[in-house]
Amino acid sequence: MGWRLNLRPYLLIVPALLLTCGILYPFGLGLYYTLFDFSASKPQPDMVRFENYETVFTQEAFWNSAWVTVLYAVGAAAVETVLGVAVALLLHRSTIVGRVLEKILILPLMIAPVIAAIIWKLMLQPSVGVINYLLRPFGLGGVQWTDTPTGALLSSIAVDVWVYTPFVAILALAGLRSLPTSPFEAAAVDGAGWWYTFRRLTLPMLWPYVLVAVIFRFMDSLKVFDIIYALTEGGPGDSTVVLQIRAYLEAIRFQRYSFGISYTIVLWAVVYLAAMVLVKHLGKIQRKAAEVPAK
Amino acid sequence: MDMHAHDRRRFLALTAAAAATPLLAACGAGFGGDDDKSDGSAADDVTGSFDWKREKGTTVKALLNKHPYTDALIADLKSFTEKTGIKVEYDVFPEDNYFDKLTVDLSSGRASYDVFMLGAYMVWQYGPPGWLEDLGPWMRNSSATGADWDQADFFPNLLQADQWSLKAGAPLGQGGQYALPWGWETNVVAYNTDVFKKLGLKPAETFDELRDIARTIKQKAPGAGFDGMYGIAVRGSRSWATIHPGFMTMYARNGLKDFTVEGGKLTPAMNTPKAVAFTEDWAGMVKQGGPPSWTSYTWYQCSSDLGAKKAGMLFDADTAAYFQAVEGASPASGKIAFHPGPKGPDGSLATNMWIWSLGMNAKSKKKSASWLFLQWATGKEHLLKSAITHNHIDPVRKSIADDAAYKNKMNNLPGFIETFEAVVDQTKIQFTPQAQFFDATTSWASALQEIYGGQGAGSVLDGLAGDLADKVG
Repeated sequence: MGWRLNLRPYLLIVPALLLTCGILYPFGLGLYYTLFDFSASKPQPDMVRFENYETVFTQEAFWNSAWVTVLYAVGAAAVETVLGVAVALLLHRSTIVGRVLEKILILPLMIAPVIAAIIWKLMLQPSVGVINYLLRPFGLGGVQWTDTPTGALLSSIAVDVWVYTPFVAILALAGLRSLPTSPFEAAAVDGAGWWYTFRRLTLPMLWPYVLVAVIFRFMDSLKVFDIIYALTEGGPGDSTVVLQIRAYLEAIRFQRYSFGISYTIVLWAVVYLAAMVLVKHLGKIQRKAAEVPAK
Repeated sequence: MDMHAHDRRRFLALTAAAAATPLLAACGAGFGGDDDKSDGSAADDVTGSFDWKREKGTTVKALLNKHPYTDALIADLKSFTEKTGIKVEYDVFPEDNYFDKLTVDLSSGRASYDVFMLGAYMVWQYGPPGWLEDLGPWMRNSSATGADWDQADFFPNLLQADQWSLKAGAPLGQGGQYALPWGWETNVVAYNTDVFKKLGLKPAETFDELRDIARTIKQKAPGAGFDGMYGIAVRGSRSWATIHPGFMTMYARNGLKDFTVEGGKLTPAMNTPKAVAFTEDWAGMVKQGGPPSWTSYTWYQCSSDLGAKKAGMLFDADTAAYFQAVEGASPASGKIAFHPGPKGPDGSLATNMWIWSLGMNAKSKKKSASWLFLQWATGKEHLLKSAITHNHIDPVRKSIADDAAYKNKMNNLPGFIETFEAVVDQTKIQFTPQAQFFDATTSWASALQEIYGGQGAGSVLDGLAGDLADKVG
């Protein structure tokens, strides 16, 4: 009987251990491959140590992709946060319209991002797309949405915002509904205005929830592939070639496997560091928010 | 407690070692695929007299791209099974995903598919890693190949296009036969006869004329009853596929090269003064007479626009226009005519081509049955039936191109046969064969988009050439 009790802790960690190995094995193998010059034209490669990383960092294409990736991630996460919180505040007033909108709001999240991008590609089409058709009465019917570098990036961000703002809104709404009511009642008794209450009470207490959404959206946006590839294929020129697309082109299209994986490892490091900073920040904010008296 | 802690540490250390073992084993195992490559061809194992029933009861697996040629093949598969007793299982993927699927599958080193569709450019990518079976020994073995297959009946430039020595820069038509031509396309101009008649236009004989006509249609067609019509549909997406049809055809007719080859070393030539001037003119033509949202245009949008009367002209594969021109296929059917397109300054009608070929997986375990399938699919009987009863046009065989029933069918389309005959002798692959083809042409398409967006052609193409020099040199 005693040995069973002694064994139990080890058995309990087995699923977690298997899961960890399942994650670490491919990751480790990928990392290992980056030390070689493995490609279709060189199936029996030589060890090149860190040469792939050196090449990545000395390529102008990498820095262009890194810049585009950051612009995209910051732009998408920022807009989604502001819009998501705004939508949550509107829906928090429990009217019938609010409850109906709440159900509709979740629809974009049910559509695969690549499908959403294709739908938007059709809607943004300059001559037959519905967006230009709607803009025509205002004299703006000829916009070539994805034909310019700025337009292509902004259009991609807009699609991301359309798909993922509901995610932020739902998290923010859940946060709003869990806030204590007494501070708001006290503020109302003291005659505090909406803006003051929002700035001094709602936002500080809601911030941990918002930051969780920001962390998820920022990390996801750094890893974007489907939306941009379906909408612009990375063009025009290299204007929307984010790191994931560059990695895909290198590893799959051009069959430089090691080099392509090096791109993904660099991207992983960036996402990991960004997540660490944000999570650390989240901890601080959560502790600060906890100082607000609970209901 | 101490004992427990000690045990836990030991347990974790042992588990970690066990987890690391397969990782290390994998590291030592090399990089995928097995190394049991034999020097001799499996074709040598086939002896005796030729017999279609030799592999009766076998199942061959095919990977196919969604295409009218594929539809014709699938419709006739029953004949193959009746003739050979071989069953064919197949997967069909749309073109957007097809080559990724094929590339990943072949690079896995497994024989998931025995036979597949590919283009001649893919031979340059799939040939060097040893993924493609050399079909030469099969073709030469009279026990494996029936006399009625008639190799001499193929247009010679098509067979040569799938033949390569696997050396960068080496011309096609030497070395292994890595695929067989099955269906092909020349790149010519198709135009809407109604708008040409109304605006008093004639097909362009020079590139300058083509640009003028494209601009004129965009300016005047909407006011002449062709609402929303623009001048010329050409591809523009950030893909290798943008470069090879109209652009490469006109580029070659101007005597321009993608690379120069000296002593086996490739030097990018997209930035010579003549190439820069041509590229600038091409981008200018698109800007003044091309489609809105050109940077997302694939062959499908180009072809659909011609069919929907949105484009006055199409400079692309003759088949892309043909599929819109056949009766009832589109609003423009019956009003589409064909023309070889502008000549080069020296009268050249050099034309780039695309070949849908059929290849065999070098790792296939059913090579003999697969060869029988390839032989049947590229044989006279199936191809003639497909050309006449389906839309498998631009025959790879001379006998079909000359067949009265085929000619009779195609004569319904104004200028098709004449255009085909005008360019057929000068149609070949105008690119320099090399393994980095897809990187080079994708970057080239990206450069073209930048020039279209207003950046200086000289500096963009210098940057492209500099980047490619390191990769192909």
